[in-house]
Amino acid sequence: MKKTLTLVMALLLTLALVLTGCGGNANGGATPEPVTPTDSGTDPAPVETGDDDVIKVGIFEPLTGANAAGGQMELEGIKVAHSLVGEVLGKKIVLVEMDNKSDDVEAVTAAERLVNSEKVDIVVGSWGSSVCIAAGDTFMNAKVPAIGTSCTNPLVTLDNPYYFRVCYLDDFQGTLLANFAKQEGYKTAAVITDVSDTYAIGLKKYFVDAFGAENIVAEAQFNKGDQDFTAQITSVMAANPEVIFAPSGYAEAGLMMKQAADLGYNILFLGADTWETEVMFEVGGVATENCRFTTFFDADAAPTPESTQFLTAYEAMFGGKPKGAVTALGYDAYMVAIAAIEKAGTTDGEALQKALTELDVTGVTGRCVFDENGDAVKNQAIIKTVQDGGFKYISTVVVD
Amino acid sequence: MALFWQNVANGLTVGSLYALVAIGYTMVYGILRLINFAHGDIFMMAMYFAFFAISIFYIPWYIAIILVLVATMLLGMLIEKTAYAPIRNAPRISLLISSIGVSYLLENLATVLFTGVPRQFPSIGSLQNSLVIGGVTIQQLAIYTPVVMLILVALLLTLINKTKTGMAMRAVSKDFETAKLMGVNINRTISSTFAIGSMLAAVGAIMWGQKYPQIQPYIGVMPGLKCFIAAVIGGIGNIKGAVVGGLLLGMLEIMIVYAQPGLSGYKDAFAFVALILVLLIRPTGLFGEKVTDKV
Repeated sequence: MKKTLTLVMALLLTLALVLTGCGGNANGGATPEPVTPTDSGTDPAPVETGDDDVIKVGIFEPLTGANAAGGQMELEGIKVAHSLVGEVLGKKIVLVEMDNKSDDVEAVTAAERLVNSEKVDIVVGSWGSSVCIAAGDTFMNAKVPAIGTSCTNPLVTLDNPYYFRVCYLDDFQGTLLANFAKQEGYKTAAVITDVSDTYAIGLKKYFVDAFGAENIVAEAQFNKGDQDFTAQITSVMAANPEVIFAPSGYAEAGLMMKQAADLGYNILFLGADTWETEVMFEVGGVATENCRFTTFFDADAAPTPESTQFLTAYEAMFGGKPKGAVTALGYDAYMVAIAAIEKAGTTDGEALQKALTELDVTGVTGRCVFDENGDAVKNQAIIKTVQDGGFKYISTVVVD
Repeated sequence: MALFWQNVANGLTVGSLYALVAIGYTMVYGILRLINFAHGDIFMMAMYFAFFAISIFYIPWYIAIILVLVATMLLGMLIEKTAYAPIRNAPRISLLISSIGVSYLLENLATVLFTGVPRQFPSIGSLQNSLVIGGVTIQQLAIYTPVVMLILVALLLTLINKTKTGMAMRAVSKDFETAKLMGVNINRTISSTFAIGSMLAAVGAIMWGQKYPQIQPYIGVMPGLKCFIAAVIGGIGNIKGAVVGGLLLGMLEIMIVYAQPGLSGYKDAFAFVALILVLLIRPTGLFGEKVTDKV
């Protein structure tokens, strides 16, 4: 009996370690999900080669897991864009949804399925930088260009000529947030970082550099998927910071602000683009009204012809207004992908890559010209907060 | 000093939540010698049941709680009938693997049914409100959770030690075959064990949801593992041990961050290191009894 027990325990221990490996991402070894080409109605038989009759746009997004809400919002934007432009070079465009499950390991599998078994011509996505960094080499080696939506970490496009993106970068965003905090008169800050996320670690570095390391009075860390932050909050609050910068996912941000309020602390939380998800204030409740974060686009800001077209099409398809700025980025990324195919006149990877480097289009979130790294050159960000159970526009910050 | 006590209060809150879920884990093991890996996912399903009952169907919370407990109990019995009963006479390891299968099934089923987008757990009564006692801020929940936990432990111990069903459970845990020969209704006893175990998971889920109001299909994975660790620390199979193990684990996690804020990113790692140490030094846990093999 004891021997069996020891054996069972040994097995469990191994299992426990395996489970934590992926459990950290709240995504314990799920089975691969079936691929659903959205336009299969007209095309009942699976397209084997596909190159000649349709153009396949791969959607590389977290549709389940910790970042599912973000991925779903971008998917909506992509679908809206697809409903407006469903054809290019005289061929029908088919969307191929692939779930990267908010997990770096699953992301590589998803990318490989996109380029090898689905043989997509171009990829759009993803929400979150970690998965893009993990999958970047797969796209580059297959010479399939990818248009990042809201992956803001510099490493996504660095040394990868096939990864482009339509959003601004974390060095821009982190610096902007630090400057915003200084302008608002805050002199000391604490930082609580998600150490299992490349995006959060990068953002923290840029914020600290711009705010001044000497003004950071306390630091704490956590892992993606954590639910208890009371220890971290209590420990950083002991140093009396005036503001807490918390680069993290939306669910963690909501829980963190709620727990800070429950502990009786009334302190401003600063965050970045990942926070703009309804889940953030649904989880955090009124506590999240004490926050400021940067984002890409606001439906209430001055309209442009592009944003009007986007908002009208969105209203027709899903009703109401987009739930977050990343929906606009999903839309822009798809439009950039189609513009590149049109410009190249072919779906050859190398030609598409070249076309992208020369592209100049205006999207919903502003003009899109790619620099030598493949990053859209953007110079403005929007600061928002939460009020009465909705996001509220605070200001537009332009950096020269 | 207030800071220290604040950390103690935080540790007690987390610890009693762990303990609450761990007693269900340990009870099923104590009686059936089965580590029910699906426990964390039954916990997750209970959270969804509560979400649908309160947030979607607007059932008053005091009625909803009863419905959630009953639904989770039925789910536990269904799982036992379909996944464990057919292989009851197979080696224990097969049951264990079956429970891992159930765990994945529930996670993926929840993803398909409820999507992967996180939902907000409804708040119940005034549990989420805070109180300030001597410079220490705690949620009312922090007072109710240990109370609920202790009441449940007392009820559970009475059930096992004083009632006829409890006697049957103890008989089954000692010797399956002999208990059967003595006229114990094995099927009913095992079913009720699972029903009670799942109900405990549901109580844990409701309290947990008050502290961490976020539900998604994989939400049960980490609590499941943590409470398994708590049960092992206390000596798996021992109900009082699970309470002590849960409180110790909660305290350990909070106090490590308090003592070494720089190591806060490794909070989970410490829990697993604790598991490894316990298994190496004292595999039967703090309160576990030595099992002598019958020849």
